[in-house]
Amino acid sequence: MVIDLDRCTGCEACVVACHAENNIGTAGPDQAARGRAMHWIRVERYWEGEFPNARIRFQPVLCQQCDDAPCEPVCPTYASYHTPEGLNAQVYNRCIGTRFCANACPYTVRFLNFYNPQWDKPLHLQLNPDVSVRSVGIMEKCTFCVQRIRSAEIQAEGEKRELKDGEFNPACVQSCAPRAMVFGDLNDPNSEVSRLARSGRATKLLGELGTKPNVNYLQRESWENGKNG
Amino acid sequence: MAKTAEQIRADLLRPVFRSGPAYWLAVGVSGSMVLAGVFAFSYQVYHGLGVWGLNWPVFWAFDITNFVFWIGISHAGTLISAILRLANAGWRRPVTRCAEAITVFALSIGAIIPICHLGRPWLFFWLVPYPSERHIWPNFRSPLLWDFFAILTYLTGSTIFLFLPIIPDAAAARDLAHGWRKKLYALLSLGWQGNPKQWHRLESAMHIMAIAIIPVAVSVHTIVSWDFAMTPVPMWHSTIFGPYFVCGAIFSGVAALILAMALLRKFLHLEEYLEPIHFDHMGKLLLTMSLLWFYFTFAERLTTWYGNDVAEMSVFWSSIRQNFAPLFWTMVTCNLIIPFPLLAIKRFRTITGTVIASSTIVVGMWIERFLIIVPTLEHKFLPYSWGTYRPTWVEITLMVAGFGMMALLYLLFSKLVPMISMWELEAGVRKAPIYRHQAVAFEPSGARARAGVREAEPLATDLSR
Repeated sequence: MVIDLDRCTGCEACVVACHAENNIGTAGPDQAARGRAMHWIRVERYWEGEFPNARIRFQPVLCQQCDDAPCEPVCPTYASYHTPEGLNAQVYNRCIGTRFCANACPYTVRFLNFYNPQWDKPLHLQLNPDVSVRSVGIMEKCTFCVQRIRSAEIQAEGEKRELKDGEFNPACVQSCAPRAMVFGDLNDPNSEVSRLARSGRATKLLGELGTKPNVNYLQRESWENGKNG
Repeated sequence: MAKTAEQIRADLLRPVFRSGPAYWLAVGVSGSMVLAGVFAFSYQVYHGLGVWGLNWPVFWAFDITNFVFWIGISHAGTLISAILRLANAGWRRPVTRCAEAITVFALSIGAIIPICHLGRPWLFFWLVPYPSERHIWPNFRSPLLWDFFAILTYLTGSTIFLFLPIIPDAAAARDLAHGWRKKLYALLSLGWQGNPKQWHRLESAMHIMAIAIIPVAVSVHTIVSWDFAMTPVPMWHSTIFGPYFVCGAIFSGVAALILAMALLRKFLHLEEYLEPIHFDHMGKLLLTMSLLWFYFTFAERLTTWYGNDVAEMSVFWSSIRQNFAPLFWTMVTCNLIIPFPLLAIKRFRTITGTVIASSTIVVGMWIERFLIIVPTLEHKFLPYSWGTYRPTWVEITLMVAGFGMMALLYLLFSKLVPMISMWELEAGVRKAPIYRHQAVAFEPSGARARAGVREAEPLATDLSR
């Protein structure tokens, strides 16, 4: 995945789309104030400079699907698991809720179901039948909309063809109005994501930790550094 | 003057066979604390982990603090008792049993906490490698699994280590008891007759266990520290954590042992057995550990400060100067500033002095574990994900229940087994001539003579002062 921070407007459509697609419960204002809200993708807001010469920066953060994910080796039950195709999967049925993965994750993108999930009416009527609902006590996080990946793979297999670049997108990418997010196969050098990931503006979030994230952020250099203001 | 074996047995078995109203009151209070914990845990299982104060991003707090705390306390017994046995320090004799009991009970509490803290506690057995319908082994790369095995090994080892020296005492009690106690002690004494072969085997077994348990104890708290150190998280990802945790564990363990000794001395009237000299020796050990703890804390903090890593410094300042500063400086006061003069100056290293120092240290070391866990989780890399933590009544009740359980197990144990190893004391007190006289009365087999004479050494005369 590639996220162009210079295009992101901070509208949070991705957050809403993700909640709808992935059956993420709504915590309600009281629980949210206690830090129990779950957003598989969130838009972080940072300011640069002092008012009036301030500029806001938005940074959508989701599971970085790391190649060397710190959450994977610490899980005692293989609930946090690296799939052969490189996805960082969360196998809900295996999770017993040690929360070790959440503590080990430098991006803090893992969430515990503190209670059984609830939805504000009428959201409870629009659950996605392709996504399992998680029960109390287990961890969950962004799956890169694995249900959409599988669905497209099955479709392509039925039609006896290869997957096409941009044939399908996760809910966040699909709903991104300024097209700040692009999804595709980084292993294919001709895909749009590969092309963008080679751009000079590409960086990795906390890349220095050696987690080898698979989300690339595109951004100009800092405004305060006086370049490309 | 030296006590005779009859006096020793009478003094030490009295509290086992007789209990007054104060005892039952203590059992009632500690039992209620445990019941409150059972209620809190049931409430948590029914509603979900949301009844705790945990949140995103603080996923561990009181639970793991208490876990590390109790595993730390458990290092009192076995390690100290094993080292003192191997060093053949004569003054250890009245101390070992009560230390070993702390280990087994604290470890049991420490082992229960991680089960209670799970999101789905009813599935804890998925950590056990067994051929299951899930067709999957547990993940042997996970430090939590190392924990599971380390604690299981230590619990097994320290239970054996506690049990072995009980055998001859159980045999002595068997010969005096009636009713259900007679059956129990007959079972516990494993057919002990006190013949030379049995003494020889007991000594070999105790020697093997004393040696084997030391690396196990060290590994347990090292692995507990690796629960933190193996993650790439600020102030956790540190090579110093293994030895730092082992040091902290022995430190808090010795403090807990001194408190237990003082309570036993007072309530079981063991003034003539647990003497000021024992508290003096333990006080010196505590002083050493206090200085060692300060050294580790200083080294860890100085290295972090010098390294000046952005993510680490936000945790560093939050604990030293910002919201956690009151706790941090309380910790330093409790672990160094109060205990140091009390333990370093001979005049203050009395029973009262060591008890005050131990009390502050137990508090200080609990805070230390809290400060290792929570400030880091509150200040991970991305400032947007920073948070705060506040415990709820459920977590506080569970913590209280842990202390209640320790007290309850200790109280019940003191009614089953003499809290000071009688035969070791007798062996230490007897000089050869006294022994010969008593051998006729107590041990016609003569096997005891061998053990007794061999183990008698000058230091043991502490008891006869």
